[in-house]
Amino acid sequence: MRNNYILYLFLLPAIILTLIFHYLPMYGTIIAFKDFSPVKGIWGSDWVGLEHFTNFLNSPNFLSIMMNTIKLSSFDLLIGFPVPVILALMLNQLRRAGVKKNIQLILYAPHFISVVVISGMLFIFLSPTGPINSLMTIFTNEPYSFMSDPDAFRSIYIFSGVWQGAGFASIIYVAALSNVDPQLHDAATIDGASLLQRIKHIDLPTLKPVMAVLFILAAGGIMAIGFEKAYLLQTSMNLPASEIIPTYVYKRGLQAGDYSFATAVGLFNAIINVILLFTVNHVVKKLNDGDGLV
Amino acid sequence: MNHLINNSKKDRYLLLINKVLLSVIVLIVLVPLMYVLLGSFLQPNILLTQGFSLNPDHWTIDGYSRIFADGTIMRGFFNSILYATAFTVISVLVAILAGYSLSVDSLAWKKTIMFFFLLTMFFSGGLIPTYLVVRNLGLLDTMWAIILPGSVSVWNIILARTYFKGLPKELKEAAKIDGASDFMIFLKIIIPLSKPIIFVLALYAFIGQWNAYFDAMIYLENQSKYPLQLILRSILIQNEVEPGMISDQLAMAEMQRISEMIKYSSIILASLPLLIMYPFFQKYFEKGVMVGSLK
Repeated sequence: MRNNYILYLFLLPAIILTLIFHYLPMYGTIIAFKDFSPVKGIWGSDWVGLEHFTNFLNSPNFLSIMMNTIKLSSFDLLIGFPVPVILALMLNQLRRAGVKKNIQLILYAPHFISVVVISGMLFIFLSPTGPINSLMTIFTNEPYSFMSDPDAFRSIYIFSGVWQGAGFASIIYVAALSNVDPQLHDAATIDGASLLQRIKHIDLPTLKPVMAVLFILAAGGIMAIGFEKAYLLQTSMNLPASEIIPTYVYKRGLQAGDYSFATAVGLFNAIINVILLFTVNHVVKKLNDGDGLV
Repeated sequence: MNHLINNSKKDRYLLLINKVLLSVIVLIVLVPLMYVLLGSFLQPNILLTQGFSLNPDHWTIDGYSRIFADGTIMRGFFNSILYATAFTVISVLVAILAGYSLSVDSLAWKKTIMFFFLLTMFFSGGLIPTYLVVRNLGLLDTMWAIILPGSVSVWNIILARTYFKGLPKELKEAAKIDGASDFMIFLKIIIPLSKPIIFVLALYAFIGQWNAYFDAMIYLENQSKYPLQLILRSILIQNEVEPGMISDQLAMAEMQRISEMIKYSSIILASLPLLIMYPFFQKYFEKGVMVGSLK
């Protein structure tokens, strides 16, 4: 410690805030194994073991909430993950830099709109008297009530997510592609490689390492699916499809005051998440010549 | 990219299809945004019944004047500016200080401290225990509940550290020989060189906090402290347009239509600050993403 004390002082705010707002809550998760009573405090409350976990697993909602979470996030991943890659490959074919910049400018814009506004726009556009329905009534007689149909919920969630995020998510792939030497493409063209062949043999291999890392990160967060939008898009009618673990935790915990039970459900969710992260990392490592994230 | 070689005929068709598809995608992104923008300036329902109209009688700023006349949205607007600014200052300061320390090679316990931060990326206490901590600290219904819990971002610390590591070492060594203390080196040499990373972190922090609603929803009780997004939520999602905004003696149907227009106007108002500044900062967004991808 050669007179580095000032550097430790620099670290102090980050360490204190992390201790309070990250490590204290980690300690607080023991209420998942207790019957938390605010009067007795975290440590003084009675132990109940795994009771809250077994209650959740045996509850009639368990299967539906679990399946909703898995379906919503895995479809989100399967559809949302490849779109930015494809978009980047398409943008990469544009030769005029100015045009490309302007298109990117437009495609990034929705990323900066808040979830509240996005959800609000969905409610406006998809309402029975909204623009989508007034277009559709040309072909059908009945307006379609999108927001109250559980079957439509997942599609609305996923496609609005793609609409909002795909452009911005493509930045990193566009940047990776701009590092490819144009002469490589020229040489391949002289050798008779078609556009698709060049994409397959030059562009895609360039993107592979970035894709691997982003895929692991996305898959690792699969159970941590965006709570905020799901909650905003929830209506009492689409609940059979839109109730996912995070919204359930919020309702049982903060709205109903069932702190211990909700913490147990959240912990259950977090454990699955960590297992998924390490599993996917392991699989991608094997597929990606030993390069993973962790 | 400057390709010197011409493409084959088939490839030229593919490139044409590519252009057409991209144009369609641009329209898909643009049309909803334009619809809302126009809807905020057109008389209620014109867009729906007649489409775009150039007739000046159909244009109005009524939606905006109702918003400005009613205190709720404007108060939310200023609350949001306060929260986002305070959050930006604190979170950037914390990240820069920690990131700089961790970038110094001679720092003892560096690995351990880094692990201490990294662990929070993979494990968290979850919603309820975090809420209980905030409550026990007595922060409920204060702006600190919105600002402090998320103010340390491990990701930002890593970004800052990566940036500082990239600065030439010679500068620091020269200053050390001249007898400058660690603090003076940081203040006089590092900070002036760090404008790009400070800018990127600040931009991301501000946008994140400007668009956030959830922490405010669980931690704030007093409506006068609500940020804009939470007020928007009640207008857009819960359909609660403030009675003050449409107090006129209006028929039900007319009220309905005016509340639609208020929705459009408030969407524009909420998105305007970011959408205005964003074209100017586009290159910084890219820089931020790129620095982040360097592990």
